Amino acid sequence: MVSTRKQFDVLIVGGGPAGIAAAAAAAQSGKRVGIVDDNAAVGGQIWRGDTAQSDSEAASWLAKLHGWDVELCAGMRVFDQPTEGVLRAESTDRACELEYTKLILATGARERFLPFPGWTLQNVLGAGALQALVKSGLPISGKRVVLGGTGPLLLAVAAYLKNHGARVVGIYEQASRASLATFGLKLVGQKGKLGQAFSLRKELSGIPLITSAWPVAAKGDGAVRSVVMSRGGSHEEIACDYLACGFHLVPNTELASLIGCHLQNGFVHVDQFQGTSRPNVFCAGELTSIGGVELSLVEGQIAGLSAIGAKDSARDLFGARRKMRSFAEALDRAFALRPELKHLAPAETIVCRCEDVTYGQLTQHRSWRAAKLHTRCGMGPCQGRICGPATQFLLGWTLDSVRPPIFPVALQNLVEAHEQKEHTLVM
Amino acid sequence: MSEQIAVSVNGRPVTVAAGSSVAVAIMAAVASCRTSVSGQPRGPLCGMGICFECRAQIDGAAHQRSCQIACKAGMEIKTDG
Repeated sequence: MVSTRKQFDVLIVGGGPAGIAAAAAAAQSGKRVGIVDDNAAVGGQIWRGDTAQSDSEAASWLAKLHGWDVELCAGMRVFDQPTEGVLRAESTDRACELEYTKLILATGARERFLPFPGWTLQNVLGAGALQALVKSGLPISGKRVVLGGTGPLLLAVAAYLKNHGARVVGIYEQASRASLATFGLKLVGQKGKLGQAFSLRKELSGIPLITSAWPVAAKGDGAVRSVVMSRGGSHEEIACDYLACGFHLVPNTELASLIGCHLQNGFVHVDQFQGTSRPNVFCAGELTSIGGVELSLVEGQIAGLSAIGAKDSARDLFGARRKMRSFAEALDRAFALRPELKHLAPAETIVCRCEDVTYGQLTQHRSWRAAKLHTRCGMGPCQGRICGPATQFLLGWTLDSVRPPIFPVALQNLVEAHEQKEHTLVM
Repeated sequence: MSEQIAVSVNGRPVTVAAGSSVAVAIMAAVASCRTSVSGQPRGPLCGMGICFECRAQIDGAAHQRSCQIACKAGMEIKTDG
């Protein structure tokens, strides 16, 4: 396995909207900028596949990087910061050491999964996940899809799937109609968002949106065949080929934690220049709060400008950021998880999918750490990324501190990197 | 994206649209990606390389996150499910 070393003035981890906007802002200085992302192409989740389409917003942002000293390191996953100023990453054919002067973290968010009976059946997956798979070639035309969980992502995915020929049977949203209405009112203050909301309404016409509804059980043999939803005090069973169920988003804070960035309420805490508590480390996008694409683009630009010392230009964007942050706060309130969701999982429901640990096994312990040591919950390859947010909500547990490697990594990529420095054994 | 490419999943030939991920090829073969600790067949959950439910062996390399890898003509994909 070949090991390489790259140097950047500004290194950006995460090639979604925030990362690309940060690169566009930082590159104008002529400094050497790098974006590292673990997908085959940049774009992150919401812009997945879009960068290849010349008329997309993603492509127009990427175009700003042309002609500047910017390197896109796609297919590369960061797993450690062995010393300040150096990240270690791996791809399928090599390990890489990435040196930086300034670092911008834009590692985005992932869906929150809450366990319920049958959630481990095949074709039960996240809402963003189903969209990602369709973007990656999954045929969906004519397939019956039920969406469940919570968040504006459900609406966006429903519209996308419908546009690709899926039979979207219904959207079962756990928030109440009143919560959504308040959120709708907040959209009035946000010009672009209102336009989006109206076009979404048109795209979604004909698809029932049922509020105050949540999954009771997915049924099937191997793969899901139907889902039972609770609505209005009774149960409804709906046949489906796919159950796309996600409960909003949680930030991917593992690298930020590893580096030592201070978190607040589970998000990376930043100052007005998107600076974290660590010197020379900035943060932008869903990592600071779940606020959507527009906020990510503004935060990314502020972070990029701050990283190159262009504070006055950064200040020019503070007003736009303030406006979009109020949207993020409205999002939070509208889609807060209701208490009934704490009772979705009876004792025999698997919570940790990597190690098949059930809810009943977990409730015998008082903390994440104790549960991990006794049941192996959180010790599997996802490192608690799936079961962690679930146990936080269900049991109020806070997760352990983060240790490297923050993703499972091939042993040869650990060993080689060490052998370059000293001839010590890796324990 | 109408060009089709041929791969094999557990020895069976599967055709997918060019650019499809390996996870999609596995789903097209109506196979599960892996079998869990307690024997459950599993497929992709997160679609973004975090949950590891989609992991499969690709051209001899084990534990590849199939949802993040594009199919190449002639790829040999093996699942344990």
